[in-house]
Amino acid sequence: MAQGAVAIDRTAINSKTGISAALFVLALILLALGAVISRAEVGAGLGPSDWAAVRFTVLQAACSAVVSVFLAIPVARALARRRFIGRAALVTLLGAPFILPVIVAVLGLLAVFGRSGWLNAALEAVGLPTVSIYGFHGVVLAHVFFNMPLATRLLLQGWQTVPSERLRLVAQLRLTPRAIFRAVELPMLAQVVPGALALVFVICLTSFAVALTLGGGPRATTIELAIYQAFRFDFDLGRAAVLSVVQLVLAGSMALIALWLVPVVRVGGGLDRVMPRWDARSGLQLVMDGCVIALAALFLLVPLAAVIWRGLLGLPQMPAEVYAAAGTSISIAVTSILVLLVLALPMAGWIAGRKGGAVETIGLLGLSASPLMIGTGWFIVINPIADPFDFTLLVTILVNAMMALPFALRILVPPMRDAVAQYERLSAILGISGWRLWRVVLLPRLRAQIGFAAGLTGALSMGDLGVIALFADPEQATLPLQMVRLMGAYRMDAAAGAALVLLALSLGIFWICDKGGRWRAEA
Amino acid sequence: MLKLEDVLITQGDFRMQADFTLEVGRKYAVIGPSGAGKSTLLGALCGFVPLAAGRMYWEERDISNAAPNARPMTMLFQDNNLFPHLSVLQNVGLGLRPDLRLTAQERETVENALSRVDLSNFATAKPGTLSGGQQSRVALARVLVQARPLVLLDEPFAALGPALRNEMLDVVRDTVAQTGAAMVMVTHAPEDVRRIADEVIFVEGGRAHAPRPAAALMDDPPPELRAYLG
Amino acid sequence: MKYLTFATATLAATAISTTAWAETPELVVYTYDSFVSDWGPGPKIEEAFEATCGCDLKLMGVADGAALLARLKLEGARSDADVVMGLDTSLIAAAKETGLFAETPVDAEYDLPVEWNDPVFAPYDWGYFAFVHNKDLTPPADFKALGKSDLKIVIQDPRSSTPGLGLLMWVKAAYGDEAPAIWDAMADNVVTVTKGWSEAYGLFLEGEADMVLSYTTSPAYHLIAEEDDSKAAAAFDEGHYMQIEVVGKLAGSDQPALAEQFLNFMVSDAAQTVLPTTNWMYPAVTPSAGLPAGFETLTVPEKALLIPADEVPANREEALAEWLKALSQ
Repeated sequence: MAQGAVAIDRTAINSKTGISAALFVLALILLALGAVISRAEVGAGLGPSDWAAVRFTVLQAACSAVVSVFLAIPVARALARRRFIGRAALVTLLGAPFILPVIVAVLGLLAVFGRSGWLNAALEAVGLPTVSIYGFHGVVLAHVFFNMPLATRLLLQGWQTVPSERLRLVAQLRLTPRAIFRAVELPMLAQVVPGALALVFVICLTSFAVALTLGGGPRATTIELAIYQAFRFDFDLGRAAVLSVVQLVLAGSMALIALWLVPVVRVGGGLDRVMPRWDARSGLQLVMDGCVIALAALFLLVPLAAVIWRGLLGLPQMPAEVYAAAGTSISIAVTSILVLLVLALPMAGWIAGRKGGAVETIGLLGLSASPLMIGTGWFIVINPIADPFDFTLLVTILVNAMMALPFALRILVPPMRDAVAQYERLSAILGISGWRLWRVVLLPRLRAQIGFAAGLTGALSMGDLGVIALFADPEQATLPLQMVRLMGAYRMDAAAGAALVLLALSLGIFWICDKGGRWRAEA
Repeated sequence: MLKLEDVLITQGDFRMQADFTLEVGRKYAVIGPSGAGKSTLLGALCGFVPLAAGRMYWEERDISNAAPNARPMTMLFQDNNLFPHLSVLQNVGLGLRPDLRLTAQERETVENALSRVDLSNFATAKPGTLSGGQQSRVALARVLVQARPLVLLDEPFAALGPALRNEMLDVVRDTVAQTGAAMVMVTHAPEDVRRIADEVIFVEGGRAHAPRPAAALMDDPPPELRAYLG
Repeated sequence: MKYLTFATATLAATAISTTAWAETPELVVYTYDSFVSDWGPGPKIEEAFEATCGCDLKLMGVADGAALLARLKLEGARSDADVVMGLDTSLIAAAKETGLFAETPVDAEYDLPVEWNDPVFAPYDWGYFAFVHNKDLTPPADFKALGKSDLKIVIQDPRSSTPGLGLLMWVKAAYGDEAPAIWDAMADNVVTVTKGWSEAYGLFLEGEADMVLSYTTSPAYHLIAEEDDSKAAAAFDEGHYMQIEVVGKLAGSDQPALAEQFLNFMVSDAAQTVLPTTNWMYPAVTPSAGLPAGFETLTVPEKALLIPADEVPANREEALAEWLKALSQ
């Protein structure tokens, strides 16, 4: 078998760069963790309040996932079988909450669901008791706002995969809506729902810092807050390290499970295609679908509208520094995109060339590592050699790219597999390999997905307030940081204006990348 | 000439032996029942399927382990012969320069090839806008510019209608005639064999039989071939 | 020989440029973020000090007081900082424990409600913690009344914010062993607990709560900067806990003389007149021109509460446990 040196290996993507990228990410996290541990004093263990934080973290993530996905089912169903003016726009807007800067979204949610928000004002006007947004349900509400649209998009993909022959068949059989649901939709949901649940669960497990404001008190302590406290107030590096490991293991193992279940995140194209349906024509079904779509749209758009309205009012009061900060944020976002692509593309190429996808876990580690832990760890590493202030932006950019890595891999790997499978032999026969293979075949083939992943990274980086908050240099404030500073200086109106700029930039960079990727890209 | 010496190809449980020589300028048809290994044989010739045993020589040179593009041959597949994101001109140009950086002279060669397959007006078009027959001709134009002494075809026209397929076969025949190359084509249509092949390689029962003159073989097939042809 | 000449010339040039650079010495001051922002005291303080010191003052902002100390501990003796400004009385004990600070003579007649004789840290401004509300609300007179009322309040998490920790100390200083009962009674008044001051104050302005934990000086911002007199701070009969913000010199400073000069500058008229309307706190030494117009309208507590710096750590641990227990039910 000496000559069994399989020729195909020579034609496929060179895995060395991919392995290097994966090792780099792994080193980035583990070195930081190691640095924190090296400075820790021995004897740190988890106290009862830490375990309470672990319990709360898991519980709220589970609840958020279940509520998000089950609310998404009727919305996706209604969207799948109705066509109406503005449907395409609504489906596009479904992508907005997920990339919305958290700090901005919470403002919007408060304007609607807060104590003196629009909902309670309306309830009061008709003499009904008001509702409180604070507490466990507030955390879940915020997470549902972020993730229900994402779940809807995933489920909508599921509906698109139902073969039209099957729909024609049920139309001929004149099945009732309930029978159609059981015969056609339920089997499809059984395939798609577990993955959507797992994805939302992992996101909520790690992105919970967002909802702390709505948590209502120490009951709602999450692991991330415990890490925050250990670093900032107690300076207990040992406890911080232990908590970081707990979070890594918890989120990492959940992510690993999710990986087997999570559906492929597909580029928006195709979702605006409406499949012809012959069922659900009765008046009741129509009214129900209409209500579901209207409610979902309200839930989604009203908080966004509130942010825009408040922001427009605050815009004139915004100091010029905000624009400088916006410039910094844009350059951070753009650099984060570049770093992400340099890491994600070779990794995706490597993973696509393998049968299993276990190495994708390395990407998921980035999502589950605490940015504060990474920031502090690298501070410890850099400090003996150079001034860590000089590296704040670099670390911020690396952390941003790492946060987006798992999503980028989910987006890039499947089409990469397809591209390799389809064009591997043709490329080999033409002698297209190595860098040429990327330039001539892979990059053009994946343009739409690269644009989508880049847009996602840009938007997430734009709104991020992770490492930068602790180690920022006054001259290089980012937009979210400047917004917090404005709030800290009592200038809430100006902060609302900054929030609007932040919203516009986040959605803008996503839109540009996503459209750029699909512009004149052939099918 | 391409010489196969006691070649053994295995893929899982599948085994196939081959021991024959292909001459330059001849046209060979590969026929045989489904699953007998026709495509695998082409894959092995081209370097996609490794040889489990035996050697392969091109003009005395051992190419048993050479990379696909380092062999004196090119191949047309059943599908995915063109990159949909590249223009017709670029797709053909890849046959000369895998990095797409064509010199003025190479560009002229490509344009000549396009005019020989009657596609001069489509140089800037993307494959997606062309008909199935036109797409096949783009791929053939690339075969022309590659000018390899051996052209392998793995049922590239199976999806075309009978008239169009016959037309394409004629284009192929002219193309290889222009470059003086040998041609090896997998097919399951006996009329294709009569239309284009000088010799037939019959693949059956774990063996790729040595080429036999097409006309004589088709007129008086041995029992196994008769069973296949029905 | 040629190379040797070249090397000598290069060395000489380097020496000259180093000297030139050394002629304007650099003083690095670590402080919290809001101090250095363009609408904070930073720009004016920098301008005023550089006018007299013949140096380059570099103000570096790090999130908040707690993060400032964490950062200092991370950097240890290798820190570039000469001065740290923005720690408060709750953090002084922890700061001294690092052994990174040096005693500095500061000459000032402080106008603080308490006596100040710390040899290491000099106070530059101070304030009372207080619950801020809209004037149309009749505030409770003390913590007990607050606990009995159904008023909604927003507070900060003592594990992540200095005002949050201040409230813990406030209740502890006023009630001692009775503190758990006070927290039990107040638990249902707390709408939510935020990570930092900004979030809490933002929620209050959005109408999410009747009162927010802030400072007695907060209404001065609305009055002076926004000409809005609708905000007031509730006076509590138990007295109000103080926050005194301090500045100190690092032992490892390479500009000890300049650092000392800066500490004395911070308690001088030039700096003290800037602080009230930029940092929105009381000046540690009342400037010769007096307090800015508007400050006279502020609530002045009858009694100032402060737990001595060295007793803060033990109290904090106990109070935090009590707070967690009361609010987790």
